Amino acid sequence: MTVVGTDVAQEPETAPTGALLEARGVSKVFPGVRALSNVDFTLRGGEVHALVGENGAGKSTLMKVFAGLYQPDGGEVLQRGKPITLPTPLSAHLAGISVIHQEFFLMNHLTVAQNIFIGREPKLPGGVLNDDAALNRQAAELLERLGVQIDPKIQVGRLTVAQQQMVEIAKALSFDSSVLIMDEPTAALTETEVQTLFRIISGFVTPETAVVYISHRMEEIKKIATRVTILRDGELVDSQPMDDLTIPEIIHMMVGRKIASDVRPEPRAATEPVLRVEGLSTQPLLKDVSFTLERGEILGFAGLMGAGRTETARALIGADPTSSGQVTMNGRPVRISNPGDAVRLGIGYLSEDRKRYGLILRQDVAANTTLASITSFMRFGLLRDADMRTSAATWVKTLSTKTPSVRQLVRNLSGGNQQKVVLAKWLLRDCDILIFDEPTRGIDVGAKQEIYDLLDRLTKEEGKSIIMISSEMEEVLRMADRIAVMCNGRITGVLDNAEATQEKIMELATQFESVDIERQA
Amino acid sequence: MSAATPSTADVSATRFLVPDRYKVFLQQGMVLLVVIVLAVFFTIMRPNFASWSNISSLLLASVVTGVQALGLSFVIATGGIDLTPGLGMAATSVITALIISTEFGNLPIWVGILGGLAAGALLGLINGTLIAYLKMQPMIATLAMMMVCWGAALVLAGGKTVSLRAVEGYELIAIGQVIPGVPNGVIILVLLAIIAGIVMNKTVVGRYALAIGSNKEATRISGVNVARWEVLAYVICGIFTGISGILMSSRLSAAQPTLGQGYEMYAIAAAVIGGTSLRGGRASIFGAVIGAVTIQTIFNGLTVMGVQDQWQKVVLGAVVLVAVFVDIVRRGGKEE
Repeated sequence: MTVVGTDVAQEPETAPTGALLEARGVSKVFPGVRALSNVDFTLRGGEVHALVGENGAGKSTLMKVFAGLYQPDGGEVLQRGKPITLPTPLSAHLAGISVIHQEFFLMNHLTVAQNIFIGREPKLPGGVLNDDAALNRQAAELLERLGVQIDPKIQVGRLTVAQQQMVEIAKALSFDSSVLIMDEPTAALTETEVQTLFRIISGFVTPETAVVYISHRMEEIKKIATRVTILRDGELVDSQPMDDLTIPEIIHMMVGRKIASDVRPEPRAATEPVLRVEGLSTQPLLKDVSFTLERGEILGFAGLMGAGRTETARALIGADPTSSGQVTMNGRPVRISNPGDAVRLGIGYLSEDRKRYGLILRQDVAANTTLASITSFMRFGLLRDADMRTSAATWVKTLSTKTPSVRQLVRNLSGGNQQKVVLAKWLLRDCDILIFDEPTRGIDVGAKQEIYDLLDRLTKEEGKSIIMISSEMEEVLRMADRIAVMCNGRITGVLDNAEATQEKIMELATQFESVDIERQA
Repeated sequence: MSAATPSTADVSATRFLVPDRYKVFLQQGMVLLVVIVLAVFFTIMRPNFASWSNISSLLLASVVTGVQALGLSFVIATGGIDLTPGLGMAATSVITALIISTEFGNLPIWVGILGGLAAGALLGLINGTLIAYLKMQPMIATLAMMMVCWGAALVLAGGKTVSLRAVEGYELIAIGQVIPGVPNGVIILVLLAIIAGIVMNKTVVGRYALAIGSNKEATRISGVNVARWEVLAYVICGIFTGISGILMSSRLSAAQPTLGQGYEMYAIAAAVIGGTSLRGGRASIFGAVIGAVTIQTIFNGLTVMGVQDQWQKVVLGAVVLVAVFVDIVRRGGKEE
């Protein structure tokens, strides 16, 4: 397999003066977050360069800088030693940088060939009508070069995920890309499909081209990558040839030795389980998820993005359909087929996406607080607004929600206070089990502490039981009595806080099962 | 914004300062003002516009659209739309007429009324089921049902007008005058508006409809059986359609299977002019009535001035566009 047509202009630089692609001291700041700070990254021709790090380490941000999606606030990007700017995704394409995102940008109703050449369709003489024959021929050539058998005339929506990914790669090839950046490319692939992908990657790489491979899967990185760069908290940790590092060393660098506050929850005596989940499965992600939640406990759910933690919560409360699973509450089996059932059983879910799943932004604090318990404010079929406001006001006071009045629209509140309004909704409803999904996401540091104190108060004083899903390991270690770690739709381990370390969590969080084992099981 | 204020919740002090409500009041006030300005304008142009007989016939003419707009407000509150009020009215009025007509059913008037209401409720139940449970798009589902109603009305009536002249007292429902000088239809509209206002603002029915229209997923996660309440909104709309059929056939002493085409547009326009947002989550019962009166004022005033019927529709279309634009400006053009 050869590299794509260098016959089209773009003469190779005489005596390559530098790396294929380079970031020098690149920084990117978002409101309240330093996503990248002074990061160096060097991609040389012929490399398959793995980029690894925890959630929020800055991998995606760096990739988006290369893709022309983000503009760096500091530092520069160089191509073959020359500074370049990438103001738009198109400019990145033209510079020969192609990104295969986790989510594909394909139009399902168009054919493979139409997708590959969208916006660049070959024309019949006259330049108005599309030349479909040429389109399909050129697409077929590209696919053949990839060594994949896909009919260019088939609709993309009818392809498997792996085939769609091949189409994305073919599209990248059609741009004569010299740099291919792949974000978690194997997330949805089977073992054989992974093999095909690796073959294509190997075929793509020549001394003049390179691949950036972003992944959490250590085994795969070990197999395919020639070099690895580790990011942590937006900073470069190290960049080494793959052969010089072991997987435990990489994991160690990913989690690092952070100035983690040593605060850990006090050990607590086991209590009776209030919730027992057995064999919860959904299509396509969750596989046989089982855990118990004890009264007054905070059970942390750790894992990488897409591990299935939110999905577990949603399946548990009946928001998404399940294919199997048994839920027992206080020793009695219960059936939860919709969120209404969950609420009646006293399970409240506080979504990470408060604006979408938690709040009615256009309504006020009182209406949002009472939404789940509105029927208790009826007399003769009519709602008593004054009582609803009084009750909401009580919760505003209890939770110290900062709002001028309960008639304030919730969209005007800050993130932390919105979170408190959702919490008030469930507390008013008298929920005993609260599921917090990323409770401090988008909340500033001061308000975070307040939420932590609140969680402690709820479990210790009110006897509530809490499931806390969090991508911040320090948060999990600091708050959770026990920590369930998920990876790829299954629970790979449950740790007592006392035995848990960031390394142990990360090991479990990257414990991808091999496909063969799954098939045998 | 609110960070500096102490964390107390003053329950009463800011009661009338909630921006959204305030804006709804403002828009309703504006619509009311527009009606008055229009009325003054028409009166100056043609003094007999202001005669009580003209005003009372104007109000009576607003009744059908007003009633339909009331029901429609519940559907629009959920973020849906219903195109069946117009031809649904044709179908339900034919059903009522067949029950009580001396030529056909010859049953008591109250049986006909119940029949019309039941037919409307059934229509709403079908609409709601198609939309909430079978997940059809409201626009398409009710468009199809609109055509079903149209055909049903023609089939049931045998393609002819069902005369109700022989049914004694039926016309009194709409045009009788319990209060001298005020047609009963107008009084019925006012009473229905009061009931609808209570249901919308003081019961879970309205509260859930508005919540669903604002954020369906958050409402579902809060444990509300979203589909069931959505269906109820369509059933309410259907019942109001049935009522409009009774009022229309009473006013005409006949049920015409072809009468009703385009009325759904008037009802939607009335709701929109009155400040109900077609994106859902916001509805104004008072506005729906005022909107219906606005439409009739425009029609009536232009007729009095001798403007042709065709041009009146153009003017109404322009008014609706202005109302939609006002809605966008009020939201600051922001996605909510």
